[in-house]
Amino acid sequence: MSDNLALAKQVDARISSVPPPMAMLAELTHRCPLACPYCSNPIALTRADEELSTAEWIGVFEQAAALGVLHLHLSGGEPAARRDLAELTQAAAAFGLYTNLITSGVGLTEARIGQLADAGLDHIQLSIQGVSAESADRIGGYGGGYGRKIAVAGWVAEAGIPLTLNAVCHRQNMGEIEAMIELAIRLKARRIEVATVQFHGWAERNKAALLPTRDQVELATRTVAAARQTYEGILVIDYVPADYYSTYPKACMGGWGRVGLNVTPSGRVLPCHAAETIPGLSFATVRASSLAEIWYESDAFNAYRGDAWMPDLCRSCERKKVDFGGCRCQAMTLAGDARATDPVCVRSPLRDRLTRETDRLSTLSSDTLIYRGR
Amino acid sequence: MTGEAPVISGTSVVKLARGVRLRADAVRGQTVLLAPERAMALDDIAVRIVEALDGRRSLDRIAGDFAAEFGAPVEQIASDVQSFAHELAIRRMLEIVE
Ligand code: SF4
Ligand code: SF4
Repeated sequence: MSDNLALAKQVDARISSVPPPMAMLAELTHRCPLACPYCSNPIALTRADEELSTAEWIGVFEQAAALGVLHLHLSGGEPAARRDLAELTQAAAAFGLYTNLITSGVGLTEARIGQLADAGLDHIQLSIQGVSAESADRIGGYGGGYGRKIAVAGWVAEAGIPLTLNAVCHRQNMGEIEAMIELAIRLKARRIEVATVQFHGWAERNKAALLPTRDQVELATRTVAAARQTYEGILVIDYVPADYYSTYPKACMGGWGRVGLNVTPSGRVLPCHAAETIPGLSFATVRASSLAEIWYESDAFNAYRGDAWMPDLCRSCERKKVDFGGCRCQAMTLAGDARATDPVCVRSPLRDRLTRETDRLSTLSSDTLIYRGR
Repeated sequence: MTGEAPVISGTSVVKLARGVRLRADAVRGQTVLLAPERAMALDDIAVRIVEALDGRRSLDRIAGDFAAEFGAPVEQIASDVQSFAHELAIRRMLEIVE
């Protein structure tokens, strides 16, 4: 009895120390007509017949809203590959969720954008791979994709849905950042996200072609700073710099199991999209457990919360409240140990090796791309 | 190049842009202003100001109405309302009606 009581108190204490999630990324499908060589989907893609049904997704959205999620990102793959996209959007909006569609634009028509607007879609994030058909379609691996995106942006503006352009940057297109920002303004976007490729999964295989050089990164940083001044009040510019050249790691996902969660097409719930690259973690699915149980109770979500798991280097460091020791998946990839200090950190014993390897890779002038599977 | 940076003054008439909205956040017991990739927790005064951005009254009118309601000096309120509106405008969270 008293033991049970003690246990109940412990569980309570843990729940109250874990904040409710703010955001959920729903990977509605892994199907996608494009084949970007840095795609954040896993190497082993989920098949269409394994995907959650319409009713299952709606049940997940309802639980998410009750749990405290405010922003719902409808993503993929290409979410437009789901025929029930408008229905899903409408259900999510009815639960009060802020609905954001993350799309390549391919598969959207003027009629479907109208349906999404009527369904209550709050915002669209449209990816661009470059600023010309030639460069963009080479990266996306899909002829005609660029033209389609420009058309989609026009329909989105006409429907009055606010637009953000997502520009993923890497060695092959880093020189186009200024032109991308100008394109965003021409397409009447309110916001652009300039994000440097993160080297997990497919991108890891393409490092020799995608890793930007130090000069490119410095120029990009200056370009963004100048554009923010020029376009203040016209365009909001969010920028994710290349962290291999940073002094400290980024607080990936705002800290493991602190801010957001990802649901894969078949319903597995992950603390971040690359979490499945960490061996030894097992991920519960919404087909078997509630979202609340998974968020508060599951081993995978609790694995890197707090500081008990940290190496001494991080546990004794003041910045642990800022970056939480960096990205667990990056520690896995670069140090072979998900509990290690993120090797990007200047204090990591592996930092010198990473710098040498980064310099070596960035001098290779490879432009061979290994495309994502379809 | 299209678009011009909005200038916020006392005569501006504004409202929340599409895709920006207030929401009661029952789980955390607060009111949040939601925008793309952003959730700002607002205090009671900020909530009142956001609610007053109705696309009909100018910022000066809004400040005047608050001053009458709370019996407070209008200059101070007008400058608070304007600087708050300016913060929202540079984040592209407002539609400038006039
Ligand atoms: S990154 Fe490219 S390939 Fe991957 S889902 Fe997005 S558009 Fe498709
Ligand atoms: S030692 Fe750990 S906590 Fe400190 S800055 Fe580096 S990664 Fe962050």
